[in-house]
Amino acid sequence: MTAPSAAPALPATATPVLEARSLVRHFPVRRTGRLTGRGTVVHAVDDVSIAVRQASITAVVGESGCGKSTLTRMLARLIRPTSGELLLDGSPAARRAAREYAGVVQMVLQDPFASLNPVHTVGYHLARPLRIHGLGPDGRSLDHEIASLLERVALSRQSVDKYPHELSGGQRQRVAIARALAVRPRVLLADEPVSMLDVSIRLGVLNLLADLRERERLAIVYVTHDIASARYLGDEIAVMYAGQIIERGPAATVTDQPSHPYTQLLLAAAPDPDRPSPPALQGRGAPPSLVTPPAGCRFHPRCPYAMAVCAQQAPPSIKVASGHVSACWLHATDADRTIQAPGPRADPLAQARRPNSRPPRGENT
Amino acid sequence: MTSVHVGTLDQPAAAGRALPGEPLLEVTGLCVDYGLGSDAVHAVLDADLVLHRGEVLGLAGESGSGKSTFAYAVTRLLRAPGVITGGTARFHLGPDRDIDLLGADEAQLRRLRWAHVAVVLQSAMNALNPVLSIGDQLGDVLRAHRPDLDRTGRRERSVQLLDMVGIAADRLRSYPHELSGGMRQRVMIAMALALEPQMVIMDEPTTALDVVTQREILEELAGLRDRLGFAVLFITHDLSLLIEIADSIAIMYGGRIVEQAPAEALFRAPRHPYTLGLLGSFPSLHGPRVRMTGIAGSPPDLRDPPAGCPFHPRCHYVMERCRTELPPLRPVGRAAGPAPRAVACWLQDGSVPAPAELTRPEPGPGHTAGPGSAPAIPATPADTGSTAADSEGGAA
Repeated sequence: MTAPSAAPALPATATPVLEARSLVRHFPVRRTGRLTGRGTVVHAVDDVSIAVRQASITAVVGESGCGKSTLTRMLARLIRPTSGELLLDGSPAARRAAREYAGVVQMVLQDPFASLNPVHTVGYHLARPLRIHGLGPDGRSLDHEIASLLERVALSRQSVDKYPHELSGGQRQRVAIARALAVRPRVLLADEPVSMLDVSIRLGVLNLLADLRERERLAIVYVTHDIASARYLGDEIAVMYAGQIIERGPAATVTDQPSHPYTQLLLAAAPDPDRPSPPALQGRGAPPSLVTPPAGCRFHPRCPYAMAVCAQQAPPSIKVASGHVSACWLHATDADRTIQAPGPRADPLAQARRPNSRPPRGENT
Repeated sequence: MTSVHVGTLDQPAAAGRALPGEPLLEVTGLCVDYGLGSDAVHAVLDADLVLHRGEVLGLAGESGSGKSTFAYAVTRLLRAPGVITGGTARFHLGPDRDIDLLGADEAQLRRLRWAHVAVVLQSAMNALNPVLSIGDQLGDVLRAHRPDLDRTGRRERSVQLLDMVGIAADRLRSYPHELSGGMRQRVMIAMALALEPQMVIMDEPTTALDVVTQREILEELAGLRDRLGFAVLFITHDLSLLIEIADSIAIMYGGRIVEQAPAEALFRAPRHPYTLGLLGSFPSLHGPRVRMTGIAGSPPDLRDPPAGCPFHPRCHYVMERCRTELPPLRPVGRAAGPAPRAVACWLQDGSVPAPAELTRPEPGPGHTAGPGSAPAIPATPADTGSTAADSEGGAA
């Protein structure tokens, strides 16, 4: 029995399979009869960089409206970024044809009841990508390929002739995953793949993703609102808030020693039967309007530790420990402009809890 | 069973309010079918449940387990083809005043609903009328049920109600689409509490909300419950949430209640294999990351339920008896235990030694939970993700 985190850590120097650099996506809003009508945009995703490596799972966690699905769709090239760059194996993805790109990066959607066509059999769903991508030339090998796909997602061969309505939710999601695997992709984007499924069968699908990472060395982006499942499945967690990634690091580190006040809030609010007493929420309220996002740090209007600098300047990504970065001024030191302070911090959480013990720095820059 | 006169229901609820801890709603043998005759699907079967005054009772189960049907049946909101085929639901209005909700006529129900029993539904957007302002909708409730209030009185009460759930008075003029999901759900809660009912049924009230909003609403709900003393029947699929907020929990599976226990006892010492499996389906926020297995297979097809125990096809501890005989819901544990608990499982009737993970000692009354003391979920032999999936939905 392997723990989901048992994948060997790859050297960080390996070229990521898929990398996004400073992705931005603004959606124009039309407001008739207002002075602001022209040029108003929703800042759905602002300056997000993310790298996904072979045989690793990156969990993107955030609440609804934080831009996590927009980010996923940009990674799948379903929507075009307003600016920013997408690199596949280190070279710009824009140079590749859409079909070639889809042969490497595939997506699994949230609702397996909607993402499968009710009038077609499982076999048809799996044969289509093979045909489109020219991977199944003759009838015999096509059947063989489909049988092997079903086996990889732990479905029986008899499923081939079934229609989606004959399958349970978990089985449908497995068909959707098999369909994505058909073209032998190297990156799988899974946007809330288990949130429509019954609690007792969610783990089966999550474990399947973990197995695929291990067996087929897939790079997986697991998008979810459930930080507990992100901790369970992810090698790395990236927390999004109001269109930006505000904290990123190894899964257990981010959840055990969250260094951004928003991550702390998210963890405090998450259901946890082990909690001895009701949690104290710090940073109540709702995410800001993305049409007019707040200046500086986007979390500062809710942040219990907000300082003057937070309202003026967007915090840079600050390294709080090895591989663990947080976009929060609480972790800034004088040295942050140039070099990183020596050594990992012992307890970033405790530090964030006593913000007043440290004078706010960098206010005048 | 003394049926009350319609007139007595009109008295303010507070007049005869009894002490906390006494039974408020006693459901026995509730059966609900969808459809008639041999084609009927048995959605709720022989369900017994007691809700005490001022208590938060959690009803947990997967989709299709019958938890919402249960709530709709006891409030008599069930629509065709749903049919209540048996059972009683005695609602205690006060000392010596009780009424069978399942036998009440329309006039009685009309006086009972909202004033004594209120419902908060999952989808606040659908439950609120999109073409009426919040103020109009609150006013409607008050006009129908509080004839003593004039226009000004109704407005004052509406402002008071919104204030209670943390919404500013100027929102009275807002329409539902102008409010966020969390605010809409708060409005629903304010409306449910408008007449200070003794029982509020909440059907997945926070499922569609983000965790932070969910937590804020649950905090408010806890505060309001302490102040107003109503009892809550809280229906959700999220057992990990329920353990935090509920006093006691009933687990439904395949239309039956399979286990009922105080929340802490259920979490620390589950007695039913399904409860154990459910607890093992929620990844933890602490501790080492270990592979968990969930429950193999998928929920039963209610059109063709398995013989014997409804859980036996997925049960890791299945015995020959489970395949043919239905285990009744029976009290278990010490007679002088902290609170009564019951389970429907052949492993717990004393005829066979139960496995260790289903016989953990119950936490004492003064027990406080600490991190890291979560029950270790045993590795199931059927744990290979691969074999598990195939049996999933075998009935489909």
